[in-house]
Amino acid sequence: MAASCARTVGSLFGKCGTCSSNINTITSRLSRQICSSSALHRKNLAAAGPEKFTVEFIQKQVEEFNIGKRHLANMMGEDTENFTQEDIDRSIAYLFPSGLFEKRARPLMKHPEEIFPRQRAVQWGEDGRPFHFLFYTGKQSYYSLMHEIYAKIQGLERQQDRLRAKGLLSSDAKPLSLGSSRWIIKEELEGIVMETVTDHDYQRFLQLMERLAGLPQAGAEGAEGGEGVWVLRFRQQLEAQASRQAVAALQADAQGRAFSTAEGRRKTSNSSVVLRDGGSGRATVNGSELLSYFPVFQDREQVMFPLQFAGVLGRLDVEAQVSGGGRSSQAGAVRLAISRALLGFLSEREMENMRQAGLLTPDPRVRERDKPGQEGARRKFTWKKR
Amino acid sequence: MGLQRVSFRLRQTVACARSIHTSGCRHLQEALAAEPERNPEPFSIFRSQESDPACQLENHVGQYYTLPPAHIQTVFPHGLPARFQLQMKTFNEGCVMVRPPALEVISYLKRADYSKPALRFLFYGVKGSGKTMSLCHTVHYCSTQGWLVVHIPDAHLWVKNCKELLPSSYNGSRFDQPLQATNWLRNFRVTNEQFLSKIQTRHRYVWTKREFTEEGRPLGELVDQGITRVKSSSDVVGAVIKELRLQSGQPEGCFRMAVAVDGLNALWGRSTIKKEDKSPVSIEELTLMHNLRKLVKNDWCGGAIITALSQTGSLYTPKTAYLPHVLLGEEGFDRMDPFVPVTVSNYSEKEFESCYLYYQDRQWLQHPQSRTEEGKKELVFMSNRNPSALERLCAFI
Repeated sequence: MAASCARTVGSLFGKCGTCSSNINTITSRLSRQICSSSALHRKNLAAAGPEKFTVEFIQKQVEEFNIGKRHLANMMGEDTENFTQEDIDRSIAYLFPSGLFEKRARPLMKHPEEIFPRQRAVQWGEDGRPFHFLFYTGKQSYYSLMHEIYAKIQGLERQQDRLRAKGLLSSDAKPLSLGSSRWIIKEELEGIVMETVTDHDYQRFLQLMERLAGLPQAGAEGAEGGEGVWVLRFRQQLEAQASRQAVAALQADAQGRAFSTAEGRRKTSNSSVVLRDGGSGRATVNGSELLSYFPVFQDREQVMFPLQFAGVLGRLDVEAQVSGGGRSSQAGAVRLAISRALLGFLSEREMENMRQAGLLTPDPRVRERDKPGQEGARRKFTWKKR
Repeated sequence: MGLQRVSFRLRQTVACARSIHTSGCRHLQEALAAEPERNPEPFSIFRSQESDPACQLENHVGQYYTLPPAHIQTVFPHGLPARFQLQMKTFNEGCVMVRPPALEVISYLKRADYSKPALRFLFYGVKGSGKTMSLCHTVHYCSTQGWLVVHIPDAHLWVKNCKELLPSSYNGSRFDQPLQATNWLRNFRVTNEQFLSKIQTRHRYVWTKREFTEEGRPLGELVDQGITRVKSSSDVVGAVIKELRLQSGQPEGCFRMAVAVDGLNALWGRSTIKKEDKSPVSIEELTLMHNLRKLVKNDWCGGAIITALSQTGSLYTPKTAYLPHVLLGEEGFDRMDPFVPVTVSNYSEKEFESCYLYYQDRQWLQHPQSRTEEGKKELVFMSNRNPSALERLCAFI
């Protein structure tokens, strides 16, 4: 077993000539094996177990995962070939229903790549000579990455010189189109490179990538198109958050007036609101006037805020139904429902503004449970010295 | 050509009317176009020069007229709402808005036949819509017409928080409230100075073994008796009411009586006053209330009874109640029937505009955004055009 372990390692990274298994050297080999990843280092310095995730182990896990996936698909009666991760999640949630609040504590079945932290492969052979020429820099992957980027830059520049010499340099060469994405952050770079990256290193990396991306003809087609894809590996896509909002559609009633409905919740209050167009700006809550239902100024202000922010105060009529909770939470629920209903009347940009103003965010604060051994949720019993 | 004809007509009918509906109403344009030759007015368009309620017409609706300071002291020693008094002190003037309910009642009063039993009017509406102010406007009209005004500012004050409760000397089962009665008599004297010497008593009243009021004495003496001798003041109130009721309709009587009661629902509600044995006192057992009930009964002629409901000071009524039959109860409604109900609603657009301009003119709205259109829309939304809500809102802007 240990022999095969050593052989697999050797065959995978086969640079060592002494691949013939020598059992005497196995223990020494094993003792010099994998340093755990920087992630593990940060988390528990005391108990890092170097032999935990060997490559064979990971491979075995992957095989087990695949077999398990097929079994699961069979169990659920679905297609074993096209069983995606979403299907797996759904099936596990069905087969092992959990009432735990913490999502990360619930049963999960994911690819071992996502579960086991990535580890650096062994970096030196059995004779002790490192494989990579930059090993003695201490951060071989990082520096090799920098060299790679610079090589690409040089390649592009040389190509430009060639084209200029031939006179085929087109002035409308466009630099790389990066779309709505951002450069990866330092932690993400550390995850890719598997080494500790200092701030200074990260800055240099960014500078070099900017230089590469800023070159004309970096985005051009052909061989350089490959660079675009390669650079995008180091970019994280930003989706406009607001586009994920579910927009309530505008409907029209019998008289042709546009209206939209939406619901909102806060603490234990539930509210549903109908906003009608072409009105005089009246607001009704549970059948009575806003002034009589919310005598407190603060509540009325909460209800008014989304309409005032969107600038539709005198235009839309509000009809709200609200139940549960106290006066402040009812006002908050109505406010959220109005904001959601307003989305149908607004443009994308205004929607984004509302999201940034915090109008579309449901307030997650709920009443904290009382704990045993304490007076309330936080208050402790009076401490007596004796 | 047509504009000139309009201008002549306008000049003849109205002293200086200018409607102010700023959303491009016809009246504004007509009025502005029609008065090019007049002198520019010293006041703004939301004010009216007409401070006599008798001359105020429909096209004054929404405008503020100033109460002459002399009138404020005589006619309203106790009648105006507390917040309005504060506002008067701040702005150094008392301006009342001309509103349709008050104008309606005044027009009825102008056309009424005073040989018939007294007409009863009732102002009702949601909280803060301006019932007491409409009542005060009508009272001002009556007083400028030379009527005798019996104004009870808030009947609720007589059924709660009574510090002293004496058993009545006249009727053993009833209770007196000397402090409230004396207070009221004092204010009554201030309001109706000129009538006190003219009206004579018709009966003889015996207060104690040594004190009595002969027949034929001026009413002023009766009132003074009540103010000086505090113990018998409630009975004096009863006597005054009896005299006035008897004499108001008489052809040789030179006065008309206006009875103005605010918080009418106190008369048929419950009281929180307790006897010494902690049992609650019912309304009939209070002398003042008993006499007041007799007063608002329309078995006398030569005057009018103008009343207003009030939920704010009332006892044991739900907050959302504002309709007459809810607040008066079955008994009260039957007793008051027949009456003319007058709705007092929140400000219309024009009235709101006028109020807003008035506050701006008085520099009451300090916040810079209150002068913008958005600020105005906010005010409209938050106050729902309710007069008292608007006033409280503007108080801290």
